[in-house]
Amino acid sequence: MSLKDKLISSFLAFEENIDLENDIHTQRDSAIKYFENTGFPTKKDEAWKYTSLNSILKEDYSIFPKKEFALDYKDVKKYFIHDIDTYTIVFVDGIYSSHLSSTTHDKFDACLMSSALNKAKYKSIIDTYFNKATPEDSLVSLNTAFTREGAYIRVPKNVAAEKPVQIINFSTGSETALMVQPRNLIIAEDGSQLQIIERHQSLTDNAVLTNSVTEVFVGKNANVDYYKIQNDKTSASLIDSTYVKQDRDSVASVHTFSLGGKLTRNNLNFYQNGENINSILKGVTILEDKQHVDHNTLVHHQQPNCESHQDYKGIFSDKSVGVFNGKVYVDKIAQKTDAYQSNNNILIDDTSTCNSKPQLEIFADDVKCSHGCTIGQLDNEALYYLQTRGIPYKEARALLMFAFANNVLDSVKIPEIKKRITKQIALKIGVELGFDL
Amino acid sequence: MHQNQTKYNYKRSNMLKIKNLHASVEGEEILKGINLEINPGEVHAIMGPNGSGKSTLASVIAGNEDFEVTDGDILFEKSNISELSPDERAHKGIFLSFQYPVEIPGVSVTNFIKTSINQVRKSRGQEDMPANEMLKKIREKSALLEMDRKFLSRSLNDGFSGGEKKRNEIFQMAMLEPKLAILDETDSGLDIDALRIVSEGVNRLRTNENATLVITHYQRLLDYIVPDVVHVLLDGKIVKTGDKELAKELEERGYDWLKEESTAKV
Repeated sequence: MSLKDKLISSFLAFEENIDLENDIHTQRDSAIKYFENTGFPTKKDEAWKYTSLNSILKEDYSIFPKKEFALDYKDVKKYFIHDIDTYTIVFVDGIYSSHLSSTTHDKFDACLMSSALNKAKYKSIIDTYFNKATPEDSLVSLNTAFTREGAYIRVPKNVAAEKPVQIINFSTGSETALMVQPRNLIIAEDGSQLQIIERHQSLTDNAVLTNSVTEVFVGKNANVDYYKIQNDKTSASLIDSTYVKQDRDSVASVHTFSLGGKLTRNNLNFYQNGENINSILKGVTILEDKQHVDHNTLVHHQQPNCESHQDYKGIFSDKSVGVFNGKVYVDKIAQKTDAYQSNNNILIDDTSTCNSKPQLEIFADDVKCSHGCTIGQLDNEALYYLQTRGIPYKEARALLMFAFANNVLDSVKIPEIKKRITKQIALKIGVELGFDL
Repeated sequence: MHQNQTKYNYKRSNMLKIKNLHASVEGEEILKGINLEINPGEVHAIMGPNGSGKSTLASVIAGNEDFEVTDGDILFEKSNISELSPDERAHKGIFLSFQYPVEIPGVSVTNFIKTSINQVRKSRGQEDMPANEMLKKIREKSALLEMDRKFLSRSLNDGFSGGEKKRNEIFQMAMLEPKLAILDETDSGLDIDALRIVSEGVNRLRTNENATLVITHYQRLLDYIVPDVVHVLLDGKIVKTGDKELAKELEERGYDWLKEESTAKV
């Protein structure tokens, strides 16, 4: 049985366990029908031209884990940003782990999607926001059909979340192959502030496929910073679809650090629904060992006087593959748009591949849209220069790669994350840098 | 006073000894049998017209792998360095100030020099330089080159003016305290103030233990950094060696008379 068939037949079993009276039921129903009609995307779809899901869809995934698995904090502490105080929402094999989590309802809500979907007091919010930022898409539909758990975060008007929220999804390998579908809903109301750190982490070499969907609503004059840490095992694949809907005068940023995983697809979409909005999309990708990362971004400028900044850097070696497909749409009404897009890549050896495809569709006539993409090698002249200063070849390469990735890290506002990512970059490159960061 | 030092130093062994050096790039021979001896405490100048091989000589001493040494030896403090990588040569105390310093966005001048100093120390089996000592040294040496503190946190050479780049080169030299400093066209692109600052920096770093090799097209720099020995490089060979008066003669007469002289010899 193909994974598609397995999912469709599992849907009936899934439905039995949930409240059929719930309004979400109708949404699930049409979602599974949409998925049934469209199926998984293939390379024939323009948006999936450079990324094939074939190799990961072959596995016989368990759709629902059979048993709960308890993790000790001390064993998984290293996957948390633990040197700062945060709220944490932790899932183990798709199931909420209360003892690893620290949720809140005090000044704002950082809790569970399952409660939001099922408790009456959240009904009006779910009606207003759930599945409202997403377009028609087979993978999103699949996630919607099976929506059960995930993070629910809502920051009320003019509240600044006093600490960042970490959303961590562990897979324990209790199943030979596991498919999980987290669904996150994040609402930052007018004038609020929020920082989120997200991570998917497999703890064994068993296959994992995560089909994650996140909706982020950024209210007027609100500020949301989202950090995605992707440094998973080479047996774990991730399809992350994130939709950010921004209201006027808001600023939203998403930083994606793709440092490991078998296949990672980031569908990152920003919709600007008001004037004077700033959208920031940044990514550092460092891959080796046949890993594959595909950044598929969209910024839709729907109103005048807005900005967007995209800056993605990639370093690829040892049969790894990088894809960047960055779309910028500027509607006719969106005059005075300032859209910037940059994608720079370094191929370390002949075996690695990079596909970079900027796509700009501009219907307004008074805009500033710039884009540039480069694919190249490390600059030999710069390597030589560093070597004449006593820096050995290997360290010189590391310093150049670090320098290359560094300006993406510059905009990271949480120093502990910056430090952690810098260390991971240094570790991946395999050398100690000669200075503290 | 300087002459006395030179005489004394001649009794010691050479710091740099180049014997019959031939080097080519992409199959074309650029250096055609260079012989050169530099002793501690000396300043040598190499002059010559464009394309004579001056910068090639600097690159070959520094270990640039774009150039192939086809014959001859480069001895530094009696050991043959021909096979060493550029970083290994730097560890031995050779420094090249680039004619065109490379821009490296994303790494600050400070972090770069820290990495450089600590890598050199590591090669000598020393621990990293303590942070306060490093800071003190950076302050002292940047003041010597009249560098603004803001300059130190900027990305290395990124968007620097010609003068700033050259000052930054000499700042690195001051930090690394090399035994042999090679200044490749350090005067090109400098206005008179920058030239003065850079030259004063170089002069104040001189001791009777280290040596300087100044590569220049013009005599102007040699008014500030006064050489003990002047060599003229023509078509890959040193055709004439003299004292600082030779540089002045070249300024007046150009290089053509030497070209005629050297062809006459053949």
